[in-house]
Amino acid sequence: MQLELSPEDAEFRDRVREVFTTKVPQEIRDTVLEGRHLTRDQIVESQRALNAEGLAVPHWPVEWGGQDWTDLQRHLWHEEMQRAGVPIPLAFNASMIGPVLAQFGTEEQKQRFLPPTANLDIWWSQGFSEPDAGSDLASLRTAAVRDGDDWVVNGQKTWTTLGQYGDWIFTLVRTDPEVKKQAGISMLLIDMTTPGVEVRPIELIDGGHEVNEVWFSDVRVPGDLLVGEPGGGWTIAKFLLGNERVGVAPVGATKRALATLKTTAGDLMDDPLVRARVAELENELLALELTALRVVAHSSDGAPHPASSVLKLRGTVLQQAVSELALDLAGPASLAARAEDDSPQEGWARRTAPTYLNLRKASIYGGSNEIQRQIISRTILGL
Amino acid sequence: MDFTYDDEQQALREAVRGLLKDAYGDHEARRQAVATDDGFDRALWGRLAEMGVLGLPFSEDDGGVGAGPVEIGIVCQELGRVLAPEPYLASVVHAGGLVAAVGSREQKADLLGRLSAGEVQLAAADTSPGGRWASRADGVRASVDGDTWTLDGVADPVVGGATADVLVVTAALPGDGAGTGVFVVDAAAVTRTGYAAADLTRAASVTFEASAATPLGEPGRDLTDSIATISDLTRIMGANQALGVMQSQVRATTDYLKSRKQFGVTLNTFQALTFRAADMYVELELAHSMVDWATMTIAGGDREVVADAADRVGLATARAGRHIGQEAIQLHGGIGMTAEYAVGVGTAHLEVLDQWLGNAHHHLTRLSSRVTDHELVEAV
Repeated sequence: MQLELSPEDAEFRDRVREVFTTKVPQEIRDTVLEGRHLTRDQIVESQRALNAEGLAVPHWPVEWGGQDWTDLQRHLWHEEMQRAGVPIPLAFNASMIGPVLAQFGTEEQKQRFLPPTANLDIWWSQGFSEPDAGSDLASLRTAAVRDGDDWVVNGQKTWTTLGQYGDWIFTLVRTDPEVKKQAGISMLLIDMTTPGVEVRPIELIDGGHEVNEVWFSDVRVPGDLLVGEPGGGWTIAKFLLGNERVGVAPVGATKRALATLKTTAGDLMDDPLVRARVAELENELLALELTALRVVAHSSDGAPHPASSVLKLRGTVLQQAVSELALDLAGPASLAARAEDDSPQEGWARRTAPTYLNLRKASIYGGSNEIQRQIISRTILGL
Repeated sequence: MDFTYDDEQQALREAVRGLLKDAYGDHEARRQAVATDDGFDRALWGRLAEMGVLGLPFSEDDGGVGAGPVEIGIVCQELGRVLAPEPYLASVVHAGGLVAAVGSREQKADLLGRLSAGEVQLAAADTSPGGRWASRADGVRASVDGDTWTLDGVADPVVGGATADVLVVTAALPGDGAGTGVFVVDAAAVTRTGYAAADLTRAASVTFEASAATPLGEPGRDLTDSIATISDLTRIMGANQALGVMQSQVRATTDYLKSRKQFGVTLNTFQALTFRAADMYVELELAHSMVDWATMTIAGGDREVVADAADRVGLATARAGRHIGQEAIQLHGGIGMTAEYAVGVGTAHLEVLDQWLGNAHHHLTRLSSRVTDHELVEAV
């Protein structure tokens, strides 16, 4: 048992901190730290800056731009990034399709897609959920039918985050309706400029345009864009969803948000009840951060740690709790959410209601918190 | 950074666990132990001495083993697992800790040597009736006449006080603003009224009336800071003990859900119950992380860091203890309410630990007072 980082890890932390604070433009980092919306260009610029330093996809295989780091180092990388206000590399690219192609893709697919995926020259979207396939993903119905060497895709995906920016979309489609539902699913990569692909925005309760429906009408996809084997999609999906043991909970970003709130709260920090709420949240975030460290420090084989569900569950709840506190501190000023830019209300206060509403998503996506409880009770407790 | 035990620490845990399993693996044995006059098993206390467990925190010069906080934490966790009523926290960690912190070389060698050998039992008297976790004494006052010191006042609760041979007493020093000293008093020479707490562990009310006392360390010196630090260390070790209790409760509850049948099926068929068990596990693991962390901060030796860690782990384990302790009873149903079953007694034990050493309200008040002193809470 030892709390301190080893000299090598401490040096590592200082080095990545240095890169994050010097190579990523201040304007982008301020945007993140103040909780404002990033533009597509800012996200791309930031990821390219990281990629140039070898820090965009460290968890990939070394031959494709990864770093031979320990899980603890990856954790430090992830935390320092959030602390510095650096946007996390686009998850669809860096955490999802990249590792999938590195593991399951053909050599040709790797050559073609991995370098531009790391550099965000290709913006990937995720086509998994459907109107009738949410937590029960295996019930998906979007169909791909063989036609010569090609697949012809028909159906609808939904909740496609930032799909309006997408160049390509990785999809789960049903290639065999005759077999057990999990066994009939395959992964197809689809160029979103292909005729028959249509992206329709979904307006959310926060007023933002973050997610979309993606419709496929007789979309013709070349056969070499199927990943792995036909019918292997469920295995790939499980790999993808269980791939991350680092960064499951947004600890650094939530800590940052709470620290910023203490400053913006001003005189309200004299209120003993406010101080108590902040202190309680800080303590819960500390417990979460330490648990994340325990998970990464115990890993050796790279397999998902069951306690990842603890991190997801509590991490999202705390993320939401901080947004609730922010909204309470903003008070009447939060009504000016959609006021003009010259509103006399402060910007942070005007963002609190949309942020609070937006973050309700956190306990739903990536395996809802009820799914996490199911995993804990079954996998860990054996119930 | 490392959150795992080394081989020697593993071996210590196995040895202590084995000994305690023999003693209290069956909850009925604990029931019998707390029903005796002493309220614990003196033979087991002797075996803990033979094993070196009682001398764990103290230097070899003082007759101890010179182990670190992680080892002491391991022992406390194992005691918690079986709800052992032995006054280890009170006698060894708290009272022994005070002697080790402020005693002269001769006092340490004498008292800690005999404590480690199981020859004497100590108890710390630092709380007055109605008092609330203050390191500055107000219920007991010290007087001096020449070189002779005496104490007057009442200390209560004194955990383990009825069976202690020697009391380690915090008392207000003579004169305004003179601070608080620490004194050794022969327990047989004062009036003690023992009683059982809600978990049937023992405490006492102790009345000092011109009772002869020996100052620990330099006479007349204000030792408030040292008293506070030993309370903080004891709080952290109490959190280790609470962790052991909670681990047992979560295990007992999941085992029960798997075996108990109602409506013709086992209880784990009902998601309303398994989800609540999952939430207990979440609380347990988060508390576990805080306990390991707080225990590791002690080795750094920075008083303020340890004080902060004590508040943080105190708050975390008190919150987790309420959640787990209550849910453990609820998910067991009626059997959880009975004295013959360990789960509900564990809930009582968690509450006694918190109200003795510092409850969530207390720690949150202290953390709140410091909340604007830092930008972020640094884990490492």
